Amino acid sequence: MLQLLWLVPALPFSGFLILALFGKHFPKKIQAIIGSGTIGVAALLVISIGIKFLNLPSHEQIFNQTLWNWFSISGFSPSIAFHLDSLSLVFIFVITFVGFLIHLYSIEYMSFDEGYARFFAYMNLFVGSMLTLVLADNLLLMYLGWEGVGLCSYLLIGFFYKDPANNYAARKAFIVTRVGDTAMLVGLFILFVNFGTLNIHDILTAAPGTIAIGSTLALTIALLLLGGAVGKSAQLPLQVWLPDAMAGPSPVSALIHAATMVTAGVYLIARTNVLFALSPLAMTIVAIVGALTLLLAGISALFQYDLKRVLAYSTISQIGYMFLALGVGAWSAGIFHFMIHAFFKALLFLAGGAVIMALHHEQDMFKMGGLRKKLPVIFWTFLIGSASLAALPLVTAGFYSKDAILWFSFSAGNGSVWLWLAGFTGAFLTSIYTFRMVFLTFYGEEKTHVHYNPGKLMTIPLIVLAILTTFGGFIQLPGNFGHVTIFSNLIENTLPQTVLKSVEAHEWLFQILSAIISLSGIYIAYSMFLKKTVSTYNPSPFQQFFLNGWNFDKLYDTLFVRPFVAIANSNKSDVVDRFFDSIGIAFDKLSKVVSFTQNGRLNWYLTGIVIGLILTISLMLFL
Amino acid sequence: MNILFYIASLIAIIASIMVITRHNAVHALLYLVLSLLAVAVVFYISGAPYAAALEIIVYAGAIVILFVFVVMMLNLDKSPEDEKSKTGYKTWIVPTVLSLVLIVEFIYAFLTNNPLQAKVQVVGVKQIAVSLFTTYLLGAELIGILLLAGIVGAYHLGRTKKRNLHRYLEVSQESDIKENE
Amino acid sequence: MGITFEEQLILAGTLFMIGFVGILVRRNILFMLMGLEIMMNSAGLVFIAAGSRFGQPDGQVMFIFIIAVAAAEVSVALALVIQMFKHFKTVDTESLNTLK
Repeated sequence: MLQLLWLVPALPFSGFLILALFGKHFPKKIQAIIGSGTIGVAALLVISIGIKFLNLPSHEQIFNQTLWNWFSISGFSPSIAFHLDSLSLVFIFVITFVGFLIHLYSIEYMSFDEGYARFFAYMNLFVGSMLTLVLADNLLLMYLGWEGVGLCSYLLIGFFYKDPANNYAARKAFIVTRVGDTAMLVGLFILFVNFGTLNIHDILTAAPGTIAIGSTLALTIALLLLGGAVGKSAQLPLQVWLPDAMAGPSPVSALIHAATMVTAGVYLIARTNVLFALSPLAMTIVAIVGALTLLLAGISALFQYDLKRVLAYSTISQIGYMFLALGVGAWSAGIFHFMIHAFFKALLFLAGGAVIMALHHEQDMFKMGGLRKKLPVIFWTFLIGSASLAALPLVTAGFYSKDAILWFSFSAGNGSVWLWLAGFTGAFLTSIYTFRMVFLTFYGEEKTHVHYNPGKLMTIPLIVLAILTTFGGFIQLPGNFGHVTIFSNLIENTLPQTVLKSVEAHEWLFQILSAIISLSGIYIAYSMFLKKTVSTYNPSPFQQFFLNGWNFDKLYDTLFVRPFVAIANSNKSDVVDRFFDSIGIAFDKLSKVVSFTQNGRLNWYLTGIVIGLILTISLMLFL
Repeated sequence: MNILFYIASLIAIIASIMVITRHNAVHALLYLVLSLLAVAVVFYISGAPYAAALEIIVYAGAIVILFVFVVMMLNLDKSPEDEKSKTGYKTWIVPTVLSLVLIVEFIYAFLTNNPLQAKVQVVGVKQIAVSLFTTYLLGAELIGILLLAGIVGAYHLGRTKKRNLHRYLEVSQESDIKENE
Repeated sequence: MGITFEEQLILAGTLFMIGFVGILVRRNILFMLMGLEIMMNSAGLVFIAAGSRFGQPDGQVMFIFIIAVAAAEVSVALALVIQMFKHFKTVDTESLNTLK
């Protein structure tokens, strides 16, 4: 059964090929079946592979499958090979399972728009690339998947390509992540120079012996890889593309920009944890980046009026939590939060998409309201997802995962009280903006009427995700709650165990503080947004600053875009351009001159004959 | 005999220049006849009496008459087209220069071969007749056919086709014809 | 009789050139045809001169052919001139410039 691992990425790729080449000729139902069927079969395969895998003894839980040798140039020969261990098992489970639910949802959601087959083709290509990314056993194959998901993100953000604003958002996403990708590529070059191979396992075993702890080489490599992770995961300073990426359809936002692609950076850091551990300064920088990002995004989310942009900033903030966890060395807690976040963020995006569709594409929360009675299923699933996001104590999985991160941000080897304070404030902000979103959308008086009631294909995935969000947390309970460590045992086969500082600390104190903070956030949101009815939103300049995401767009515009455009404009007709233009102009003038010789006048032509005659005779006489 | 040749050739050249510089078509045609007559004299001096007679009878007596007929039919005495040309003498420069160059080349080509003795042989009519109807019989017959083709072609091309107009438009056609005349 | 072959050829060449200049310069189609006649005449002169030099009748026979061809050609050309006049109402060749 494990031998069928190659089918898991191959099925989505084949679905992409079939739909891209022949999709137009199939009826819509067949397009939907092919598009979601490939992911569904892949999910089933993953579940059965997973069962087989978990039955192996824990020290044998590694499986390699080499498909073929990619190329071989002077000693460098990467192969197309897949490496399955507990970390990649968690990732492929999330990708295929959540991906399948999202595909089911989009069968109904996208059925009203054109380009149905194209949508499923792109989604399949994305899932295939993401699976390649996490299953790759060498960094070059992973970079292939990395680029593939970037491409699909561009294609899917600009899916409704007829609107130029969507194209702009897609280009922005691609270019900003490109900056990160280039940093990562330079990091790969340095790794290759130092190790002679890009095979992950080889690098990780050889690294402690080749690079000294705390050396500049370790710092450089870690920072460059961090650059790539920051770009893909929309962290500071490359977070500007994710809010604009909400121009894509809601299933795209759910799959790519909540559950999977943006977590590619988390995967990269977790996979190359040895390289990061070799440079404590880099780990600290990772944690600081995560902490700053979660605060920045959390504050920005408080001032948004578009439902999807709240969720986008929330995603940026939650990935900041994951970076924070990875930075302090809490590897399994970070991956656990990734899995739980994938569940509830996908749920929130899908439910939000259902609300938007029901209100006929109205995305302004201040124009919604009173949907609690009209869309009950969506309301309850959205509420469960929001509760998990806000880390409602004890009943939601989000509580357990976020609480673990907060605990480790204080007590793990690299942690400090400042990091804990940042995470703590972030949790407070999270519950405020989350329930602001809930109260504005579902409570109060109804400002826009419901046009469309979503059908079963849209509501069943919501219900499944809601169940997972609630009960998924019970596989990893903290020490004083029963100390269930199923998840961390699994992850610690691959990633190192979290090392705690030797300072005295009590976990229960932190848990109580987290519970208090999330409940008080809910209360504040209730008092601000439910008691008094807010109908319109006129942001003051102070609010406008946070509405624009701390004006990072304007900053980058002035720093980078304008000088570049100015230089390009001034270089518009440089020497090379002029040279090639002049060739064309010269021929143009020449043709105008020559065209005078064809004027239809008999005398002119006869003169030409005479001249030719003279030339011929002179040639005959004098040569 | 030399003097006669030089005088005749001088007349021929001057007459030809007059042909191409006249504005009145009939004047030009008369000068053309003069040129042809002068060339006929040159033929005679060159020992080709039959060719001289033929030149006068056929060339000057038939072909030029054709020209005269056409000129008179089309009323081209005034020849206003060339008078319209404002450039005046300027149009003459380039062709004159080119032809002078060509003439110099001709003379040069002619004279670089060994100049021959002055030798003129008279070829009589009988010789021509024998040659025409034995050696060049086929050519003679073909010339006949060519002249036939010329006649038929000239007749066909010169015809006016009658245009069938609607009777309401016939009035305007008559007025058109009156305008042309 | 002291005319040399070259002198006859020079005369023929000169007449040829004069006819040619006439064609180049004049715009009236009839004058162009007259120039053409002068040229053909000079070509005939060359043949006669050659026949006289070699003492053979071939030169004059060729001259007969040339005259016949000139006659046929002139008749057809004049018929075309008549058609042109009917169509363009002028014998100016500048009006014939639509075949650019």
